Amino acid sequence: MATQTTAATDAFYKQLGRMYGTYTGGFIAFIVLLAILEQMGVPNKILGYFFVFFTLAVYAIIGVATRTAQISEYYVAGRRVPALYNGMATGADWMSAASFVGMAGTLFLLGYDGLAWVLGWTGGFVLVSILVGPYLRKFGAYTVPDFLSFRYGGNFARFLGVIVLVCCSFTYVTAQIYGTGLIASRFLGMQFEIAVFAGLVGILLCAMLGGMRAVTWTQIAQYIVLIVAYLTPIVILSTQHFGIPIPELTYGKAIAEITAREQQLVKDGLAVLCTQQACPAGTLRPHIQPFMNYTPLNFFGIIFCMMVGTASLPHILMRYFTTPSVREARQSVAWSLLFIFLLYFSAPAYAAFSKLEVYTNIIGANIDALKPWIFQWGELGLIQICGKNAATLQTAIDACKAIAGHGGVLRFQDFVINTDVIVLSTPEIAGLPYVISGLVAAGGLAAALSTADGLLLAIANALSHDIYYKMLDPSAPTIRRLTVARVLLFFVAVLSAALAATKPSDILAMVGWAFSLAMAGNFPAIVLGIWWKRATTTGAISGSSPAGAYACSTSWSRGISRRRALPTSG
Amino acid sequence: MAQPSTPSRTSANDEAHWRKTTNLMLIHLGIWFFFGYIIHMFVVPLNKITIPVVDFPLGFYMAAQGSLIVFVVQLFIFAKQQDKIDREFGVAEDD
Repeated sequence: MATQTTAATDAFYKQLGRMYGTYTGGFIAFIVLLAILEQMGVPNKILGYFFVFFTLAVYAIIGVATRTAQISEYYVAGRRVPALYNGMATGADWMSAASFVGMAGTLFLLGYDGLAWVLGWTGGFVLVSILVGPYLRKFGAYTVPDFLSFRYGGNFARFLGVIVLVCCSFTYVTAQIYGTGLIASRFLGMQFEIAVFAGLVGILLCAMLGGMRAVTWTQIAQYIVLIVAYLTPIVILSTQHFGIPIPELTYGKAIAEITAREQQLVKDGLAVLCTQQACPAGTLRPHIQPFMNYTPLNFFGIIFCMMVGTASLPHILMRYFTTPSVREARQSVAWSLLFIFLLYFSAPAYAAFSKLEVYTNIIGANIDALKPWIFQWGELGLIQICGKNAATLQTAIDACKAIAGHGGVLRFQDFVINTDVIVLSTPEIAGLPYVISGLVAAGGLAAALSTADGLLLAIANALSHDIYYKMLDPSAPTIRRLTVARVLLFFVAVLSAALAATKPSDILAMVGWAFSLAMAGNFPAIVLGIWWKRATTTGAISGSSPAGAYACSTSWSRGISRRRALPTSG
Repeated sequence: MAQPSTPSRTSANDEAHWRKTTNLMLIHLGIWFFFGYIIHMFVVPLNKITIPVVDFPLGFYMAAQGSLIVFVVQLFIFAKQQDKIDREFGVAEDD
């Protein structure tokens, strides 16, 4: 039996490598084809639509092709996803629109202090591996509430687990669908509601027929798109600037140049330095200097909350239920972190290259020498010059003229850029063809869709498995359980898309609470349940710490208000 | 739902296995704490050191890349070590 399984897994493995290898090659060929079309004069808008609909179609095909009628395939992908592939899927599951679009912008704005988010979102996986993930796999549960019920006995713990899961995942998934709409509308000029609807269809086609199995194979495909899209522009930029195609090595030089440039700007009177005594808005905070935006307590608080939060999110933990063994679950966390690391350790390079560009070619330059890409984003209200949206050169000139004593040279405080623009505008800053911009948009969509898939599945599975099957109708036949799971998935998806289409403004604060709720509600109960024999139901329920939740949401919202990034975590 | 385990397991064996597992967990938690928190408390003095050739200030580098690399490597090593412990006590799953 054992050897048979291994042989089957091996064959499966080899086939997977070939499949995803071909897929990656196909994707690159597709980019090259679009690049040729661009040279032949196909308009940008058409290219953008090609990117969105072609990638969506591929995800949908994978989703439909891997449909299943088996319970264990639907809930845990048959528990035969090899460690490496599960790691890739987890990477896509974890990295959302905020990681893809917002992270680099946060680092641009906050400099060193922004690294708290990077540290928190990677270090959390250490906790997943050594404290949580593999042990949950050992229990053989289908969902996180399943584990809570096993461990603490009875349906009350299960019910609480479902409440925590649904509350934290629903706001989060709404934010993802919202992110889909934002990327497509800002980037491809699509109407927001249409973009949300397209995203919804993509998600449903992926997740509804094949459950976890389909989501797994789709997420791997999405990971490949998002990582290629993220790395391509900065690799090109690094080669242009420093002659070496490894941006993670070369941006050290960019940072040194930024520091020199910062001092020069202050010396020339183009910027006012932020100091301990006086640090109002509009003053320059040196890029590498720590604790200019956060206090040290805040900084370490964010790291801690993000780490514990990561180790409590049900849609991440449930990915480790799909590996063939506990051993592979452990290896899989390591692979996940490696794949996530590839993006997070590149994000500071984006921030550094953009900042260098802004400090060299924008601040200190004459207003009439500004490059056209600025006005494209200014028109969308994402870049402001002298306090006004820089829609055209003339508005910028007029706005600055209105300021008394303005000499026509841009000062540090005259230029405000929305953090989302950093990643999206890098291809244009580098003067790359539009096809690279389209690629970046496709990557952002992949990041948002893959996270939304995982979250929706987590919600629908908890409702269908824990509430319907375990609590309401334990004798339900397989076919009915699957139908219920699919119907619930459909309704949850439509509900969150409908909510996203109303552009809820409080979603930022809500996601902060979602993260904190997952952490306070799940972490103590799961970790103590695994590591402390005497943990009891009452203890676990009362152990969910409201104080911790409060502390974390406070630092979160403080971080958020400075980030102004896409309203999503992870 | 429980995983199949080796029938010859004794409670003494189990306890020794759990002790080793817990120790390994604590060691890795220590490494995590050091690279997640302690080292970043010294960012200001560390920033005075510049890494040659690539020009990164060391304090910034640790938060942007150094700690992250440690986390990744640590998890691969942890997976190996825990597997070794599981095999030693005969509680590993069949290959």
